[in-house]
Amino acid sequence: MTTPPLIKQEVAGHAAARHRRALIPERAQSFLLLLPSFVAIAIFVYVFIAITFYISISNWRTLKVDLSVRQPPFATYAELFALPRFQADLRNTVVFTITFIVLATLLGLALAILLDRKVLGHTAFRNIFLFPYALSFVVTGVAWRWIFNPETGINLLFNALGVNAALAQAGLPPLKPGWTTDPTIALKINDLLAAVWPGAASLQVKLGIPVALIPVAIAATWQLSGFVMAMYIGGMATISDEVREAARIDGATEWQVYRRVIIPMLNPVTIVVVVLLLHTSLKIFDLVFTMSGVGPGFATDMPAIFVFETMFKATRYNLASAAAIFMLVVVGLVIIPYLARSLREE
Amino acid sequence: MATIQTALPAQKSRRRVSWASGLVWIALVFAALFYLMPVYVMVINGLKDATNVSVATMWNLPDRLSGGGFGEAARRLWPNMRNSFFMVIPATVISAFLGSLNGCLLSKWKFRGSDVLFTILLFGFFIPYQVILLPLVRFLQLIGLYGTVPGLVLVHVIYGLPITTLMFRNYFAGVPTELIEAARVDGAGLLRIFTRVMLPLSIPAYVVVAIFQFTNIWNDFIFGVTVVPNPAAQPITIALYNLSGSFSVDWNVVMAGALVAALPTALVYVFLGRYFVRGLLAGSVKG
Repeated sequence: MTTPPLIKQEVAGHAAARHRRALIPERAQSFLLLLPSFVAIAIFVYVFIAITFYISISNWRTLKVDLSVRQPPFATYAELFALPRFQADLRNTVVFTITFIVLATLLGLALAILLDRKVLGHTAFRNIFLFPYALSFVVTGVAWRWIFNPETGINLLFNALGVNAALAQAGLPPLKPGWTTDPTIALKINDLLAAVWPGAASLQVKLGIPVALIPVAIAATWQLSGFVMAMYIGGMATISDEVREAARIDGATEWQVYRRVIIPMLNPVTIVVVVLLLHTSLKIFDLVFTMSGVGPGFATDMPAIFVFETMFKATRYNLASAAAIFMLVVVGLVIIPYLARSLREE
Repeated sequence: MATIQTALPAQKSRRRVSWASGLVWIALVFAALFYLMPVYVMVINGLKDATNVSVATMWNLPDRLSGGGFGEAARRLWPNMRNSFFMVIPATVISAFLGSLNGCLLSKWKFRGSDVLFTILLFGFFIPYQVILLPLVRFLQLIGLYGTVPGLVLVHVIYGLPITTLMFRNYFAGVPTELIEAARVDGAGLLRIFTRVMLPLSIPAYVVVAIFQFTNIWNDFIFGVTVVPNPAAQPITIALYNLSGSFSVDWNVVMAGALVAALPTALVYVFLGRYFVRGLLAGSVKG
């Protein structure tokens, strides 16, 4: 501590010089030791993606391998986007993504704020909320499929809670949603869209919310909102108590402290949360596959399921590859800016 | 009665605070009911016997407790659970070791372009695996590992590299470089510094990464279902999926099976939850 600054600097200079000398061969060693991992990723990620892309523009559409380039090369992509099933997948992805992200982010944030009060047993509550994150999507799918069974499941709970008795008294039909089996589209956006843009009428798939997607979004929220909560708790831990105190002294109510001070300070966490949930939801596979499958009228089909079934069951290799490449592009549009920003920040 | 003597305003504000805390607590209890509901359904129905179980009475407690569902589920799922352990343990150990080597080098022995290379590596974590499945299956057939547990180990090690590297790189960034300097003064080279200085220091990171990888690989579905077509060699998640879709299986067995399949990661969560949360945040906050 008492070393004169000049000497300290000199020592540091010497160390830096030695560091530099020693590093030259060590950098090469470092590169050589990293090489196997980089080669593995280069092959298993990037070469494999290139192969899949090539298959997507090839004529390989049956079990018999045909690697000639299709003419025109992107005809398979045109075919893909004209498929009613894939159009339904795109609609489902948009609807599911929005529903799921809004539910999971709001619930996660709300839980983090509630726990921030550190009431009795808050650690136990936190552990309960995060618990589903440790489970497999398959377990979640199996459990929730029965909870949303239209004949029984949660509809029985509605009966038990007297909801339907009350509705009957009011002369209303019982609340008995078809949940996973109901392909009914809520909110017919098509008519609205057709009024604004006549071309929309030619869309083969009805736009709107397939009811069957709601249970899937709820199950996904059940599984992943704990993760959102943990992220927000981590973010809140970095905000000092003085910030809250200052706001309270300025006369802010508890609600205003969060609304005006804490939540805006958590914006960076929100961005990370939304990016990660978005990328999860664009790739969602196991949960939907287990819980509802493709659903009636492809009401719960997803691009990931489409690729899986078209590739390994229908063996339409070029079509499945085109859909997979499309998934990669969409995920890349979300993730690449995020990674590039992290790289720049360092 | 001592509180009577305290000043009135203070008492008032304390009462308001505890009143609000009560509301918060009630909200948390309702939330907890939502999170525990599926667990309740799995437990009570798993404990019913085959004659007692019916979806119409799925919310009711069992008339009498029966271990038959769990016995049957364990009997059916045990071979697949063994496959899962044979897959998860080596894959976790190898991917954690490679991740620690990569992470250490990428944070302490940087070279020109190493950050860009790291980002290119990291992107591998985010890709939808559908985009590599077809070449992957062909490749595994070529080297004779298609349909085998060692094939799954290889797949999980390779696709685990990006995330384990990221987690260790973040960890080693917090280790002071002076330690390396000191070891270098003693004449140690890169490999010796890594094995003698950095590896022992990274035990806490190993715990976090191992738990993260164990959970991730245990819960995997897509690789298991595409790389292993033979039911006898499949991991437990695929076996559970098949069990749940089978009409010849009683419902109590399915519910018990879901719990059995969830047990290892649930136990890890219950006993090592602290590290679990740390891994979760380490794996996501910093890119």
